[in-house]
Amino acid sequence: MNYLDFEKPIEDLIEKLDQAIQLGKEGDVDVSTTLEGLEKKIKKTRKEIYENLSPWQKVQMSRHPQRPYTLDYINELTKGDFVELHGDRNVKDDKAMVGGWGTIDGETVMFIGQQKGRNTKQRQYRNFGMANPEGYRKALRLMKMAEKFGKPVVSLIDTPGAFPGLEAEERGQGEAIARNLIEMTKLKVPIICVIIGEGASGGALGIGIGDKVLMMENSWYSVISPENCSTILWKSWEFKEKAATALKLTSEDMMKNKLIDGVIKEPLGGAHTFPNQCYKNVKKAIKDSIAECQSLTAEKLVKIRMDKFSNMGVYNE
Amino acid sequence: MGWFKRIKKGVTTETNQKKETPEGLWYKCPKCKTVITTDEHHNQLYVCYNCNHHHRINSKEYFEILFDKNKFTELNPSMTSKDPLQFEDRKKYTERLIDIQKKTGLKDAVTTAYGTINKQNAVIACFNFNFIGGSMGSVVGEKIARAIDYAKETKTPFIIISKSGGARMMEASFSLMQLAKTSAKLAQLSNEGVPYFSILTDPTTGGITASFAMLGDLNIGEPNALIGFAGPRVVKETIGKDLPKGFQTAEFVQEHGFLDMIVDRKNLKEKIAQLIRMYKS
Ligand SMILES: [Zn+2]
Repeated sequence: MNYLDFEKPIEDLIEKLDQAIQLGKEGDVDVSTTLEGLEKKIKKTRKEIYENLSPWQKVQMSRHPQRPYTLDYINELTKGDFVELHGDRNVKDDKAMVGGWGTIDGETVMFIGQQKGRNTKQRQYRNFGMANPEGYRKALRLMKMAEKFGKPVVSLIDTPGAFPGLEAEERGQGEAIARNLIEMTKLKVPIICVIIGEGASGGALGIGIGDKVLMMENSWYSVISPENCSTILWKSWEFKEKAATALKLTSEDMMKNKLIDGVIKEPLGGAHTFPNQCYKNVKKAIKDSIAECQSLTAEKLVKIRMDKFSNMGVYNE
Repeated sequence: MGWFKRIKKGVTTETNQKKETPEGLWYKCPKCKTVITTDEHHNQLYVCYNCNHHHRINSKEYFEILFDKNKFTELNPSMTSKDPLQFEDRKKYTERLIDIQKKTGLKDAVTTAYGTINKQNAVIACFNFNFIGGSMGSVVGEKIARAIDYAKETKTPFIIISKSGGARMMEASFSLMQLAKTSAKLAQLSNEGVPYFSILTDPTTGGITASFAMLGDLNIGEPNALIGFAGPRVVKETIGKDLPKGFQTAEFVQEHGFLDMIVDRKNLKEKIAQLIRMYKS
């Protein structure tokens, strides 16, 4: 297990717990009261820490190396009944963007989403979850196919941004994202988006136009990462915590500002500590959202979606 | 290059925009160092006659270039930004706004208006780069959305002249959602069969490129304009080496298939008028 800096007290307690268990196994000492006490203490400490996370700490949670990623959710939600589809039919297959048909309790949906890697090799293979234009175009191809066959789209968002590379620019990163925005606003099937980790700017929005846009409790979604915001506005990397607060990027803030449709609770300790509880919550949220959307005609669905995004913004007349 | 185009000075501008006072009597081209009088520079549409460098101009100048006799009616002229996030970096956003409004005489980073271009109706949304780098927050998004509504209802060709670094950070997620909002509005305009021309000028980057700027029925660049999603510095850091010559210029973007044409500023009005005529008849 990896622990974040602010999770240190929990790490210490768990270490003690492990030692006590070991001690109990080895012999004569009755450790049951110690174990009970430690478990209580862990619970209490978890509560204290995770109920009071700062925006920057939530950003750290969203990037936790053990946090469930897109394919983890897909495999759990479909119980393995998933067929991955590849390629944009134009340039190549983008490994940072995955997608394919899957079933949730017997109903077929089209999954799309950015995929991160767990170790150095995988991270490079997945380009750190930063898609190239081909990724966005692959996602669009799959969404159009979902539309053709009247199936809902489930978009799982987890990206530090669209890839800012040389070839990405040559092949029209801006155009690829822009095309997805306009096509997603008018897609005639339900689109359910869940920000499961990082929702960085246009790279996230490029698969983020949905009838329901939901955020995991410890995810973030904004126009820029706190680090880059700090560099640009404070002229230094060091103000990332301040920037995280200023950007109002947490699920709670996004909900308060009516820029998303719902927050999916994470168990105390976060998605990485109790992934199974998380999968359950996400599955329920997605199923409920799809059911709600399917009660509407396609025309009405698209109109409500367009109106929702058209009404976002605060200004003086 | 002997071209000269004298613009008739607008008599009845229907806005109360302040006249920009020239900084001096002479203009020195930042690229080739040619010196001309500011009057001549204005007459040349702020383009260097020697090296064709297109100087950055704002809505006031573009409207003067494009609208017949510089006559136009501004849409939503009094809309201003709120500060929904109480944003503060090294300076309060509200203070930034007041300062820049005073400095530029503008209300925000886009000005929208309708008028005629060679006697044909058009709606134009034009960025003001001098207003926080032409950044898009709620006001920019809403003004563009309403200009699209107007174009849609009156079936008038719609033009956006982009000149912006991207989304406005001080409105964070509200800014990001303007990409979605303007795209939804363009989808509606498209459904009505009203043409939309996107003119990408120096610079057009970030969220602007990743939304309406790349969604024109026609995408038109100004010569040598910087056009891209990621800024050149970020790309350079990513690849860890120097960028090829001409990277992310309008010419580069056209060569890669994302611009229909590049039009010199001196030909812009004629070209747009021609295109509107073709879409109409
Ligand atoms: Zn020059």
